[in-house]
Amino acid sequence: MSSGDEISQTISKKSKKPQYSRFTQQELPACKPILTPGLVITTLISIGIIFIPIGLSSLSASENVVEIVDRYDDACVPSTGNDEAAKRERLSFIQNAKTNKTCIRNLVVPKKMKHPIYVYYQLDNFYQNHRRYVKSRSDRQYRSPKYEGDTKTCDPESEIDDHKPIVPCGLIAWSLFNDTYGISTKSNPVPINKKDIAWGSDKSSKFGSNVYPKNFQNQDPIGGGKLNESLPLSEQEDLLVWMRTAALPNFRKLYGRIETDLEANEKISVVIQNNYNTYSFDSRKQLVLSTTTWIGGKNDFLGKAYITVGGICLFLAIAFLLTYVIKPRPLGDPAYLSWNLNSAEL
Amino acid sequence: MDSNSNSYSQLQNENSSLPDFIRNSSSQRSTSSIQSFHSKASGGHSVKEDARLVYINDPEKTNEKFEFAKNSIRTGKYSILTFLPRNLFEQFHRVAYIYFLVIAILNQLPQLAVFGRGASIMPLAFVLLVTAVKDGYEDYRRHRSDNIENNRLAWVLVNDQFQQKKWKDMRVGEIVKISANETLPCDMVLLSTSDTTGVAYIQTTNLDGESNLKTRYAKQETQMKNPEKEKISGLIKCEKPNRNIYGFQANMEIDGKRVSLGPSNIILRGCELKNTSWALGIVVYAGGETKAMLNNSGAPSKRSRLETHMNREIIYLSIFLVVLCTIVSVCHGAWLRRHKDDLVLMQFYRKKDYSEPKVDDYNYYGWGMEIFFVFLMSVIVFQIMIPISLYISMELVRVGQAYFMIRDDRMYDKASNSRFQCRALNINEDLGQIKYVFSDKTGTLTENKMEFQCASIGGVDYSGGKAISEDEQTGYSLRVEGQVFRPKMKVKVDPELLSLSKQKHTDEGRHVHDFFIALAACNTIVPLTVETSDPALKLIDYQGESPDEQALVYAAAAYGFMLIERTSGHIVIDIQGERQRYNVLGLHEFDSDRKRMSVILGCPDNTFKVFVKGADTTMFNVIDRSLNSNTVKATEDHLHLYSSKGLRTLVVGMRDLSASEFEQWQSSYERASTALMGRAALLRKVAYNVETSLSILGASAIEDKLQQGVPEAIESLRNAGIKVWVLTGDKQETAISIGYSSKLLTSKMTQIVVNNNSKESCKKSLDDALVMCKKLTTDSDATRRGSGARKTEIALIIDGTSLVHILDTELEEQLFNLSSKCTVVLCCRVAPLQKAGIVALMKNRANEMTLAIGDGANDVSMIQMADVGIGISGQEGRQAVMASDFAMAQFRFLVPLLFVHGHWNYQRMSYMILYNVYRNAVFVLVLFWYALFTSFTLTTAITDWSSVLYSVIYTALPTIVVGVLDKDLSRTTLLRYPQLYGTGQRQESYNGKLFWVTIMDTLWQSIAAFFVPLLAYWGSDVDRSSLGDLWTIAVVILVNIHLAMDVVRWYWITHAAIWGSIVATFICVMVIDVLPFLPGYWAFFHIAGTKLFWACLFGITIAALVPRFVVKIFIQYFRPDDIQIARELEKVENSRESRDAEIEMNPIFDPPRR
Repeated sequence: MSSGDEISQTISKKSKKPQYSRFTQQELPACKPILTPGLVITTLISIGIIFIPIGLSSLSASENVVEIVDRYDDACVPSTGNDEAAKRERLSFIQNAKTNKTCIRNLVVPKKMKHPIYVYYQLDNFYQNHRRYVKSRSDRQYRSPKYEGDTKTCDPESEIDDHKPIVPCGLIAWSLFNDTYGISTKSNPVPINKKDIAWGSDKSSKFGSNVYPKNFQNQDPIGGGKLNESLPLSEQEDLLVWMRTAALPNFRKLYGRIETDLEANEKISVVIQNNYNTYSFDSRKQLVLSTTTWIGGKNDFLGKAYITVGGICLFLAIAFLLTYVIKPRPLGDPAYLSWNLNSAEL
Repeated sequence: MDSNSNSYSQLQNENSSLPDFIRNSSSQRSTSSIQSFHSKASGGHSVKEDARLVYINDPEKTNEKFEFAKNSIRTGKYSILTFLPRNLFEQFHRVAYIYFLVIAILNQLPQLAVFGRGASIMPLAFVLLVTAVKDGYEDYRRHRSDNIENNRLAWVLVNDQFQQKKWKDMRVGEIVKISANETLPCDMVLLSTSDTTGVAYIQTTNLDGESNLKTRYAKQETQMKNPEKEKISGLIKCEKPNRNIYGFQANMEIDGKRVSLGPSNIILRGCELKNTSWALGIVVYAGGETKAMLNNSGAPSKRSRLETHMNREIIYLSIFLVVLCTIVSVCHGAWLRRHKDDLVLMQFYRKKDYSEPKVDDYNYYGWGMEIFFVFLMSVIVFQIMIPISLYISMELVRVGQAYFMIRDDRMYDKASNSRFQCRALNINEDLGQIKYVFSDKTGTLTENKMEFQCASIGGVDYSGGKAISEDEQTGYSLRVEGQVFRPKMKVKVDPELLSLSKQKHTDEGRHVHDFFIALAACNTIVPLTVETSDPALKLIDYQGESPDEQALVYAAAAYGFMLIERTSGHIVIDIQGERQRYNVLGLHEFDSDRKRMSVILGCPDNTFKVFVKGADTTMFNVIDRSLNSNTVKATEDHLHLYSSKGLRTLVVGMRDLSASEFEQWQSSYERASTALMGRAALLRKVAYNVETSLSILGASAIEDKLQQGVPEAIESLRNAGIKVWVLTGDKQETAISIGYSSKLLTSKMTQIVVNNNSKESCKKSLDDALVMCKKLTTDSDATRRGSGARKTEIALIIDGTSLVHILDTELEEQLFNLSSKCTVVLCCRVAPLQKAGIVALMKNRANEMTLAIGDGANDVSMIQMADVGIGISGQEGRQAVMASDFAMAQFRFLVPLLFVHGHWNYQRMSYMILYNVYRNAVFVLVLFWYALFTSFTLTTAITDWSSVLYSVIYTALPTIVVGVLDKDLSRTTLLRYPQLYGTGQRQESYNGKLFWVTIMDTLWQSIAAFFVPLLAYWGSDVDRSSLGDLWTIAVVILVNIHLAMDVVRWYWITHAAIWGSIVATFICVMVIDVLPFLPGYWAFFHIAGTKLFWACLFGITIAALVPRFVVKIFIQYFRPDDIQIARELEKVENSRESRDAEIEMNPIFDPPRR
């Protein structure tokens, strides 16, 4: 057949033999780490060594935060009962624009609070992440007067009766939080700085500096605070803070900053204008004064979590080490292959 | 293809049943082909009813009544107008896309609009667009090639002159002239050729892949005519267009005579004319009605076992999805009920719309409807719980795997210059789970390159042939006028026989003479003269479709009986330097009933002789034992001897015909061959009549060599726990001896032979065999406990006659029980249909993966029946390949295919499915947990765009890269330990347990990813978008690191994909947050500026993955599976080698392996 082969060789135009490359033959250089006991123990121990200090430091950071939390919503209304009548009374109190809603709370500073001290209001059980709520806004309208009529997404708070658009439209703006706080020590008032409480990006780009409130909150039902119609949206910082809808049903929002230190055991009194209606459902209002550290406010969770994970890893490392010492298995011993095991057993 | 007899069928099977089931081969699967196999070639006889009438050289009249298809072809599916609707229609055949579509439509309803409109349509649109572009491009290429085809030119007779005409304008009834090496434009009946006897040679490579030349004949009635000078007119009645490329029945009325036409008179579109300077033909089928176009069907489609299992798990996921949605909607209902009275006043709900004078409910449709809407919305939000993207990724990964299989140069065969072929794209991973291999013998285990070994002539065994030594290189040659003619292939010769063949006048000499005349004449071989570099030397190449015949003709030539010329009417044989012309008066072709063929020769001495050759079983029935009983007896002994050596045997007989006998035969032959109805049956009857009371001439023995590497391959397969069954048409002795030489059978095995003729005896022997089996296994159990000897292996040998009584009866169960105890099963003398029956038996009862491998038309049914069908692209044509899922050139490639590629494919695909389920579920669960904190209203903290991009950009690429590239073990290891293949057989990498473990892991990871930030930011002033960004990034990092933990081999591509995806996610999140019209403007930059963010991210990643890591290392260390041990072995050996290399400091250049 030899001569025949020659002929067929010359006849065949080109060989279909696959072009050799390391890629097509699946022989690319590769790193193939395997988990040796040494590597495993090192990994687990190093996780432990890294995690526990981080956990401790975040715990201590959380410890260092000084926080005053005062729930005032039930104290600042005339009736506190839980029955229907009391509830109705509370509602009529809060909904009536003419009642005097001033309320004074006296608080004690537990530890020295270094400035800046952040003043928050906290709402609990208030679903700023409710689907109906978060969708009811028009980011285009807020940015530019051109899109003033762009209120389709703002229902049911888009227009007033004669089809004039509300600026800013939507449920979120409509429900603007409008309690106010005035803080003073025994001797003198403590100024609350309300400048720069909103994100710089919101002020500069998201809300227009030439968009002015229009037809806002001038028709029943009134949901919350009113806006100064002579200020553009970008300067209404309370609105901007409020419009950054919270992620969770219990949330704080920045009200302002106190730029002076408060001494330990100092008595402060807060004058609250209790305007905001949280009485129609079981929501709570709290005033929070808090210092801050790198993990934010007071929160032990992260520290505890880190310490737990680190501890478990250390424990596992030791357990693995012990079992390795007691019952070692040589790596890559063919005797452990199942067919070898079977024949060995027989 | 098996047995001497069957390879004949390749050549002359027009009347046999084989082509009929070939016809159905490619698209319809098993059952249909088997049915059609039952209903024999009935279609062939119906020429008369609804026949096609073709008026020669009169296309107008031909096309008058019925417009026959024109010769333009259209393989493109779409036109510009129909593209969009048709393509969309076809794409939406997939359930996955419909799911996508329904979700997208739901989201368009204003009450349900969870995602922005764009975001919800984008994924579907993207997938549709990509597929449409792909389809469009493919179709464009088809259109382009159609265009090229349609505009090719051919010479067509118009107004008695040959003119050039475009292919697309040719019509049925026209006369076409084809020159040498031209491709035929349509199916034509040959009218005349440049050869005076009307022979034309064609090559059918494009049609069926066979490269040898086939002869086609023009009828003598038309051969003499020159259509340019005299007008030809006539009528051809032929069959309706059909797919059978080996069948054609028609007759032609010309000059008042009626001439019958058969498959040897038609030349088909796509073939090439060779060795013939021109040929004239009349178009009978054109365009889409040509046999080539009718056979142009796509690859078969099967569904892999892994995918079937996966679909079960997808149903679990759907249930899980419904459960999640129900939880959300029920909780939402409860919440609404509890706050029923507050809804109007809640600032964040505001049930009423006061903007119109008439105060109305705003977007509130009653309690029940709200629950229902929330349910639908949650389906929309959690939609990727069903990993639709998985189907797309799987397709991509399979394409990648197929690429690597095709490109593997270890599965490239140099001799046939063929690569591995992947014809089915969706069962790659099945290759890793094969438990049974059903193999054909001839051409699959053996090379199907026949070599004449020895002969028994007149009762004398001549088997002293020796390989030709170097000085005898020339072999037999012939000198004519200074030219030397020599057969292309050399055959080893027996010197005694050689000297006998030169004696003319002894009795023995005459016997030998007749024997070799029979070998040289009784066939359809065409001798071709091939020029060589030496002008004085010419080689004679015997072209034919049966390798057995070729071997026999070469053998005859070596002994001095050289076939020199063959036309349709005569042959010329050079007998010891003396040219003799024999008239071929008739030829009874091979068929599967008679299992023999015969030729009636008019000899130079004006006598008539019939020469017959065929399989021993049928030949001894027609040989007259009284004539020469000793010779018959001796020949039978020799046959037994030969077949026990594994040789293929044929018996040759002859008879002198008296003048009256001849005339009687001739008249009935003429009648039969022009008959319109039942021509095949009539011809068979004529053959039966003439093939009687023959005197025996002898028997030939041909060796079919084992393919290279077959014994090793079979041994590896057996080591891997794969049961190898050989199904062959050969005799039992031949099969057993091949079994030994291929290491299928070993001397240690106990053989159980089942040979029976009735159902009762079958039942009995099966029962006995089962009892024996049980005894053997218990015995060996006993001895094993004592001495540690190996388990007794049992080989079952069963023949086709017994199978007739077993298959499709209640005995199947017994056969199954018996065969599952045997390590090897050998079935001999089986018909093609039985092969499929055996495969079906094991496939349905054992619930194990089956693979069938074969090369011939008789393997087609088996290949289609098995879970994986492999065609050997070898000597016997392409039918097996056309029906197969994968095709390769050599049996031994099965080892790398299964152990290496199959294993990898299976491991990769299993992991990919589990990972994709995890990846999507973890994301959905994070969304779900958040829904619990939004009063069940399905607000998502994660932006719409991130939800959409999650499975498109954030996490898509790494899983595909890993699915295509990752290797759990190296090729060398996999080949060294075939037992590693067992992981696939035992379904260790994908099973229900693993799935549920993955789901538990997913649950933990989603809890870690969601609740760490939730608790860390609880009661803080964090906003929704910022926390959403944290969750997005946390989940993406988590799933990518999870993948990274499971990657075995890190290529730079893997690094790029995994780390690149994380980087891409950061970039995408940033881009989304710099768009001022989205609520989350600048959120990422705010939150990423805090240390808490990074502390959360780091904590989540570790906390979520520690359980997985720990479980993984504990399993790897204390319950290692084989793969783990082998991986460590690789590592240990590698480091040892590299250490050795360093010590030796050997600067040998490592040449790239080619």
